[in-house]
Amino acid sequence: MYDLSKGADWLNQWLLSWCAPWLTVVIECLLVGVVLLLAYAVLALFYIYFERKVCAAFQCRLGPNRVGPFGVLQSVADMFKILIKELISLNHIDKFLFALAPYLVIIASMLCFAVLPWGNGIQVIDFNIGIFFLLAVSSIGVLGILLAGWSSNNKFTLIGALRSGAQMVSYELSLGLSVITMVVFAGSMSITDICMAQKDTWFIFAGHIPAVIAFLIYIIAGTAETNRGPFDLPEAESELTAGYHTEYSGIHFGFFYLAEYLNLFIVAGVASLLFFGGWMPLHIPGWDAFNHVMDFIPSTLWFIFKAVALSFVIIWFKWTFPRLRIDQLLSLEWKYLLPINLANLVLMVIVVCYGLHF
Amino acid sequence: MIPMIFGIQNTTLAVVAALTGVALVALALIVAGLISPRSFNPQKGEAYECGIPTRGESMAQFKVGYYLYAILFLMFDVETVFLYPWAVNMRTLGTDGLLCIAVFFGILVLGLVYAWRKGALEWK
Repeated sequence: MYDLSKGADWLNQWLLSWCAPWLTVVIECLLVGVVLLLAYAVLALFYIYFERKVCAAFQCRLGPNRVGPFGVLQSVADMFKILIKELISLNHIDKFLFALAPYLVIIASMLCFAVLPWGNGIQVIDFNIGIFFLLAVSSIGVLGILLAGWSSNNKFTLIGALRSGAQMVSYELSLGLSVITMVVFAGSMSITDICMAQKDTWFIFAGHIPAVIAFLIYIIAGTAETNRGPFDLPEAESELTAGYHTEYSGIHFGFFYLAEYLNLFIVAGVASLLFFGGWMPLHIPGWDAFNHVMDFIPSTLWFIFKAVALSFVIIWFKWTFPRLRIDQLLSLEWKYLLPINLANLVLMVIVVCYGLHF
Repeated sequence: MIPMIFGIQNTTLAVVAALTGVALVALALIVAGLISPRSFNPQKGEAYECGIPTRGESMAQFKVGYYLYAILFLMFDVETVFLYPWAVNMRTLGTDGLLCIAVFFGILVLGLVYAWRKGALEWK
């Protein structure tokens, strides 16, 4: 397997050879920041294009096809258009909180983004409580959405924000519990360790029944967490205009838009990490030749492929299921997913204790 | 063993990532402020609701049902946080750990059953 941390080590040595250690750290931090920023922006643009194309395909349309070959530059043009739109200053808003909300939303998604394992040795933040850190940080986003809705002083945004708050807070429990189920199986919260533990078989195959149940719950809760698909009632356009970001104009709205697509990628990325081995190639025990061939595909491609495939599934949900009502949404979480999840955790403990996994 | 990119502390990198987020928002706002047009119209600052003048403030009291779910969430989330350390060390703690967590888990489930029976999970 390619180990890309060697490249970083080489760069570190080269920088240390001609400048002071403190300067090296500053340069490297700047480098990390710039790479993160570029990856974030490029991925968001790609995702906007990807979603529009997939949606179009589901509706037998062509989707964007005018700007650039196959319309690939459409989302770039859209972002530029959003950038040159007027930022309208409103009369009756809480100015400080209104300005603060996009920062919180973007910071939350940026921190989650930095935790994801991009490949063998390409991972910006690698805490030994990585997955826990990710869950903790992702809940800052809820705060941003609540602030955005409340500070706008608009009935639609307030209802949208409250719905979003109730929904994201509720589904966070399911998300957390299905992550605990997999942590029990992996025996570690470090993202590197979780990847490494899937060297022979991915967790969804190794952990069979409880892992599959945990995966299903995770993907449902993840869809709700990103306010997408059948769970898009915080921004239900037929009843709430645009939900919590109705009052935001121009690039201010663009931040929520970016964060929403990045959150889709993060949810899919974490699902691929926990259940499909992160950047780990597909390995089947006993098939040495096959495993060796799989090792030649770079780990970053594996990770991106899995994340994009899972995001496709999440986008698919949007065009398959009708939107839920708020009471259906909350009873789905509290009366179905949560008890199933608790039972599934017990099942996973039994499977691990009796060694019933592969 | 925790591999670290460039040998920088993880906490530093987390701060760098957070600052990158701040930089993204701040830079985009500065650019937008420089190149976006500006025009004044007293109607523009009004709330985007339905066309006729808005009645009353929106920063008012709202449905208590949302608070109830927030409180339930707080209860369960704090309890699941306690499950994490056990989940990591489940194999080394063995039977003792299992028994202890079974009691804790039982209390957690009882909490859910209590809330359910009290009708806290019904949307009214």
